[in-house]
Amino acid sequence: MKYAPNARVIRVMCSGRVDPQFVLDAFALGADGVLIGGCHPGDCHYMEGNYKCLRRFLLLRRVLRELGIEEERLRLEWISASEGEKVRAVINDMTETIRGLGPLRLEAPEREAVEVEAS
Amino acid sequence: MRQPAGKPKVAFYWCASCGGCEEAVVDLAEKILDVVQALDIVFWPVALDFKRADVESMPDGSLLASFINGAVRTSEQEEMVLLLRRKSQLLIAFGACAQIGGVPGLANLWDRESIFHRIYLESPTTVNPEGVLPQVRIQEDGRELSLPVFYDTVRPLDQVVEVDYYIPGCAPTPKVILHAVQALLRGELPPRGSVLAPDRALCEECPRRDTKPEKLLLAEIRRPHEVFIDEGKCLLAQGLLCLGPATRAGCEALCIQGNMPCTGCFGPTSRVRDFGAKILSAVASITGSNDEQEIERILSQIPDPVGTFYRYSLPASLLRRRRREALAEGKG
Repeated sequence: MKYAPNARVIRVMCSGRVDPQFVLDAFALGADGVLIGGCHPGDCHYMEGNYKCLRRFLLLRRVLRELGIEEERLRLEWISASEGEKVRAVINDMTETIRGLGPLRLEAPEREAVEVEAS
Repeated sequence: MRQPAGKPKVAFYWCASCGGCEEAVVDLAEKILDVVQALDIVFWPVALDFKRADVESMPDGSLLASFINGAVRTSEQEEMVLLLRRKSQLLIAFGACAQIGGVPGLANLWDRESIFHRIYLESPTTVNPEGVLPQVRIQEDGRELSLPVFYDTVRPLDQVVEVDYYIPGCAPTPKVILHAVQALLRGELPPRGSVLAPDRALCEECPRRDTKPEKLLLAEIRRPHEVFIDEGKCLLAQGLLCLGPATRAGCEALCIQGNMPCTGCFGPTSRVRDFGAKILSAVASITGSNDEQEIERILSQIPDPVGTFYRYSLPASLLRRRRREALAEGKG
């Protein structure tokens, strides 16, 4: 299976394991977008993991919007283990969307103090 | 630890804060007499007339501790924090603003330009027909006047200097302060970098703990003014956003005893890296629906998620502030 080389895969046991801290950390460390892939509703081995993920995603998206991070940079897709074609299509599509938005460029605040000193 | 002759010397200082932390020291009431018996307060601008030059003339490391409240928002605050760091064996972040940014840290949703524009040009109580904005340096009648630089971003102390200990709270309670001072005097401090309060969630010391249901589900989210609050029942079980599950204990659930939900001023426990993300996660977990529209409806009852989840901790969060590029584009 070939898809855009921009994606870095982080495996977790369940989309319910995706702590919002992981998403923020990814952005803080330089990711321009975060894609969460979960099992389809009703398919959760742990009963509710993907629903918990959905609720966290919906709330986190609002927080990100307020923090100036475009909605398209965080995406949740239901993709089952047998849907390889969908993985490819979603990653390629999201890569194109992010390319259109450009890099996130979160500046470290401490740099600002140094700049002021210099000026 | 090296002890100079006489009583150990300490300093109190304030940066970007409201003055409530100074009030908290006064709230020690008669117990403050025990403190001044054991310690010499050599610098405390809000109460004593010592100047910056007095601190500069002290030998480096001659203060046992500096208690600094408030976040760092201006160049002057940054200079004072660096100065006190040099003069002190221990630097203690006192209160939520110093520890995690505090309420002034919500200004990280804006920057200098947008804040100045609002305060000096737009605000209804400002009369400023010439549109004068604060300048760092200005010449007038042959004299040069200066003001500190106002930074775009509010920072907690540990993003500016090394901090040895943290006393949490908005404001810290007398009990938490006394515990910290006693530990300092007895030389019984925990490992450096510790927060001087219990490392467990507030729910564990909440008097309403037994009324917290095994499985909490929020069918509606209510704000305190919208409901009659049952004084004996877990606030989350009543649909009120109480941040106790993610907040560090130590305040003895003061707000809850006043029948108001916890807003998270003691910050996170040691295992949490981003307070807001953690409580957001907890609230989403107990949102009582699996249907997307219904989830959206329930969660829309939180009008200001950043102000709610990051009320005290935005500058210490993983993202620290609103993206400056988004501000420049006028988005968000």
